[in-house]
Amino acid sequence: MLISLAWSSLCSRKKSVILTFISLLISISVLISVEHIRQQAKTSFNRTISGADLIVGGPSGQLNLLLYSVFHMGDPTSNIDYQSYEMLKNDQQVAWAIPISLGDSHRGFRVLGTNGDYFTHYQFGDKKSLEFTAGKPFAGMFDTVIGADVTKNLGYQVGDKIIVAHGIGHTSFSHHDHSPFVISGILKPTGTPVDKTVHVTLPAIEAIHLPPSQLAKILDGEEESVQPDSVTAVILGLKTKFATFKLQRDVNNYQADRLMAILPGVALAELWQMMGTVESVLRVISVLVLLSSLFGLSTMLLASMNERKGEIAVLRTLGAGPSVIFALVLLEALMFVLIAIASAISLVSGALALFSDELAAHYGLFLSANLLSWETLQIAVIIALASIVTSAIPAFDAYKSALQSRLSG
Amino acid sequence: MKTLRIQKSITGTTLGINMQNVQHRYDQSSTAAVLSIPHWQVKQGDRVFLHGDSGSGKTTLLNLLSGILTPTEGTIELLEQPFSTLSARRRDAFRARHIGVVFQQFNLVPYLSVLKNIQLANYFAAKRDKHIEETANTLLAKLNLPANVLHKPANTLSVGQQQRVVIARALINQPELLLVDEPTSALDASARDAFMDILLNMCENAGASLVFVSHDMSLQRFFSTSIDMHSLCQGKVNASC
Repeated sequence: MLISLAWSSLCSRKKSVILTFISLLISISVLISVEHIRQQAKTSFNRTISGADLIVGGPSGQLNLLLYSVFHMGDPTSNIDYQSYEMLKNDQQVAWAIPISLGDSHRGFRVLGTNGDYFTHYQFGDKKSLEFTAGKPFAGMFDTVIGADVTKNLGYQVGDKIIVAHGIGHTSFSHHDHSPFVISGILKPTGTPVDKTVHVTLPAIEAIHLPPSQLAKILDGEEESVQPDSVTAVILGLKTKFATFKLQRDVNNYQADRLMAILPGVALAELWQMMGTVESVLRVISVLVLLSSLFGLSTMLLASMNERKGEIAVLRTLGAGPSVIFALVLLEALMFVLIAIASAISLVSGALALFSDELAAHYGLFLSANLLSWETLQIAVIIALASIVTSAIPAFDAYKSALQSRLSG
Repeated sequence: MKTLRIQKSITGTTLGINMQNVQHRYDQSSTAAVLSIPHWQVKQGDRVFLHGDSGSGKTTLLNLLSGILTPTEGTIELLEQPFSTLSARRRDAFRARHIGVVFQQFNLVPYLSVLKNIQLANYFAAKRDKHIEETANTLLAKLNLPANVLHKPANTLSVGQQQRVVIARALINQPELLLVDEPTSALDASARDAFMDILLNMCENAGASLVFVSHDMSLQRFFSTSIDMHSLCQGKVNASC
């Protein structure tokens, strides 16, 4: 009965209630999104690569190397010699080495040149290996393996022929029309940048950059495959973790080529340290916005108290004690806030579901649209408690009004 | 008198209202009492017509009888149970269960439907009447209100209709004591007579006491007892009315 009364009371003040509701909805949505993106981004980034001990690339910053080699963000600054890759691969401490070569695109998706080791040794999440939905790894030079999102967006099947272009734009001027790449395999979804990647062989990457006449010869089978002369980076797995720092030092001091080795874990930690400040600022801002909205709610209720004096007196004559009146105002505020929280959660879920592809494509963020986590529940409880505290002010006002109300004939 | 305490039976010759040496001052420091009633008793089931000038303390008396105010001095017993000495919470509960209030101002919650308004009285009295809608309908019909008003918001009704809804609400819990203040001011003559009939009928059926306050001396004829506020305050009204 009290709930129905509180609800009717809210409905009777539609205009101010709706305006306050919108302000609260926006601020709760902001808070929830910031928290959600913060957590999801961290897990999504951290699960992108696992099992790798070192990443070796051309000298630049360790963040830069991590971003382009693992997250396929930004452009590689310099390549390393193919001989360096072979040197690393043959090192006694190295268990496996995955060469990667970046810089080309296929209809907006990054193209990554590699070899069969990629599919056996690359690990993500909780040391999970890549799996195929259909097809198999490279057999021939122009075989292509595509990620789950590439298939989803472009509708490719195993056996389809595609064109790979130079550059990373959606439309590139120098289409390599003569290169008939054939899809040999499709990977299962991983929730990492792998899903958005078109994998080809290293010789194929070299081949598409050859002059057309030479390329034609290769296609006609007149010339044997090309030997790649450089790669962008190498991902290394070591036989024993203890060798990591020694090998890193050796690589950094390597004389025949300019190399830099980074530890993915350390680089990720540096990334989060950098993001940490931004995170805290975002959090503080969203909490402040929420607070101002809650005070807005409290103001709205307080402003209505004057016109509700009569109503309170009626309830008093019916036998409602001042504490019931107090509870009634709190209940109103709480219902209001709970509805706002529920709406904000559905709003943010909807927005995430709608824009998750965009976020993944442009920022490498793989966000789940499912907000119903323990953290969201905690936020909801905190918001509800904060709303009780702020609306205690108008509730107390109503309480006093109830104490003072008189019947007048 | 003070030996008459808590008896379950409220029929027969029990006392509905028993006021002893009641004084009330709004301002604690002032010496002049707004209301001073040395001694007043109403037998349960009696119907009392109270009249007096503005400022004679009628409203204060009703506030005291409904438990919204407590006397500065003296005691009020209702239905032979202590009332003015109860805690605020228990006074509220007593009012919800045993007292029906019909006042000129502050009558209905404007945005609630008529039915909800009536249900509210039932809710606070902690009497969960399952057939509340039927009971309300019967009452409204007796008060010459069309059945379709039941689900309309209270503020869409005319003042006269609202006043009759207030009466239906006051009667829904079958209170032992009904406090009524100028209820007929918004009713026309025939509606007024019909209203008085049902009001008195209902009181009689329920054995409820009625304290009826009005300026309209023509209503005096409906009552067995008529009291002037002036004489009440001077203690001229004695014993059983």
